[in-house]
Amino acid sequence: MTGRRITAFRLTALVLGFGFLYLPIAVLVAYSFNGSRLVTVWGGFSTRWYAALIDNGKFGAAALTSLEIGVMAATIALVLGTCAGFAMSRFRRFRGRALLGFMLMAPLVVPEVIFGLSLLLLFVAMQTWTGWPASRGIATVTIAHATFGACFVAVLVRAQLAGFDRSLEEAALDLGARPWTVLWRITLPGISPALVSGWLLAFTLSLDDLVVASFVSGPSATTLPMAVYSSVRIGVTPEINALATVFLAVVFIMVALAARLIARQERRRLAAGS
Amino acid sequence: MIPQGWLRRGLIWLPFLWLALFFLLPLLVVAGIGFAESADTIPPYAALITRTSAGLESQATLDNYRELARSCLLAYGNSLGLAAFAAALCLLIGYPIAFAISRAPGFWRQLLLFFVVLPFWTSFLIRVYAWIAILQPSGLLNRLLLAAGLIDAPLPLLYNGFAVELGLVYSYLPFMILPLYGSLARLDESLVEAAADLGARPWRVFVQVILPLTVPGIAAGCLLVFIPAVGEFVIPDLLGGPSTVMVGKLLWQEFFDNVDWPVAAAMAVALVVVLTLPLLLAQRFVDPGNGPQGPSVRGEGEPA
Repeated sequence: MTGRRITAFRLTALVLGFGFLYLPIAVLVAYSFNGSRLVTVWGGFSTRWYAALIDNGKFGAAALTSLEIGVMAATIALVLGTCAGFAMSRFRRFRGRALLGFMLMAPLVVPEVIFGLSLLLLFVAMQTWTGWPASRGIATVTIAHATFGACFVAVLVRAQLAGFDRSLEEAALDLGARPWTVLWRITLPGISPALVSGWLLAFTLSLDDLVVASFVSGPSATTLPMAVYSSVRIGVTPEINALATVFLAVVFIMVALAARLIARQERRRLAAGS
Repeated sequence: MIPQGWLRRGLIWLPFLWLALFFLLPLLVVAGIGFAESADTIPPYAALITRTSAGLESQATLDNYRELARSCLLAYGNSLGLAAFAAALCLLIGYPIAFAISRAPGFWRQLLLFFVVLPFWTSFLIRVYAWIAILQPSGLLNRLLLAAGLIDAPLPLLYNGFAVELGLVYSYLPFMILPLYGSLARLDESLVEAAADLGARPWRVFVQVILPLTVPGIAAGCLLVFIPAVGEFVIPDLLGGPSTVMVGKLLWQEFFDNVDWPVAAAMAVALVVVLTLPLLLAQRFVDPGNGPQGPSVRGEGEPA
């Protein structure tokens, strides 16, 4: 029952569990190299669907739109989420603290369809009242993604600030540093792991979102998930398999780099601490 | 350091105003439009209050909610049932996995956890779509079963409740494994050893010691699976059939296909109401400030 041993039961659980989690992904990657158009027939190894993907400009343009939205939304989310995490962590009492806490938590659990629908109805109502936004597209999707991204960033920043050694800040203040300098030179570098992972998380969530973007976008902006969805609805298409494989490769490389970065920082921190 | 003055006000008010404008206000707008009549205008709903010669006149109506009660109850029942079943299945499948990870040697533990989280970083849409190739009549699973001689004709595995349930369990399993792992990793090993030393059989140790001690992780995991699963759109849309309509999909259809915005808004309000109890529970478990599951909050807040 106990101890750090590999038993037959544990090994079975791990093999079956991870097999289940990764089987569909493996199948997708395998089929992307299938020479046949039919998923049921193995037509030999081929990269024709990657060529078809490059020729099809639709996905390229959508990917650029998604990247643009993702970078902007993650950056806004980082600023908002860091402020919010800081406020919730450092200010014990201020008017509206409970409401802010609620507004930071609720978007994490409110269903996407509701979030998307409500924001769209707001944008439509605002257009009627104020004339802005005149049309829906990149700007409205960015606002939507920044909003839920900020809540995730806030959770990470708050957790990191809870474990932050405040004596460093106090020492800097005692030595005559201005509060702004302390914030910029001590606190923010100290919570940089949360800032990096928060930005990446907000960026990934934005890149991955279909439902909210479908609601708040207009004809001028099609994100990558929206383009994929319109193809996927028709059924299995080999080009999507190739696109998925490219996407997976990019994600794996990015995650591996991020993991290395975090591991190196962790080592440096441990080395500095000992 | 506790920022003061304009810095303090900025840190509070910037996120506060943004979230009030782009999260809270939209929910109020939805609640309002849920009472509006649909119309063939742009936008496709009538104003709630109109100015007539006799003064202000309210156009609010409960018709949208009557419509819901008449034709959408099945979708709500489907959503709650499928999501609850998915949470139960995730618990059954996820517990042994989380247990095995928490008992793995140090390096392996980190690596396995990493591979549990990794699917989060890949496209949700594409992971659900991948199941179509596996489940369809001429898909991988049917061909394997046919080749093995277990079945004579392809099984209808796609576009039904089975496919939706499988998609839900597959997509949300990591949400169950992570909190379970959190609870199991914090488990005080000496209690387990004491029970074993006192002669309890492994099964009894599990039921009477380990299981009760990991209840917070079980509760958090069930909520993290159940809540997003209830409002799911992509899974019932890609894998489901006409008999497995869920609220998220129905809301989407009302909005995009029927262009009935007021009914869609009413559906959203009803869904929030249905989810309120689990949402309140979730606040206890998800909010890092309150929940037993949250990270340590030592050092939070101003010094007294």
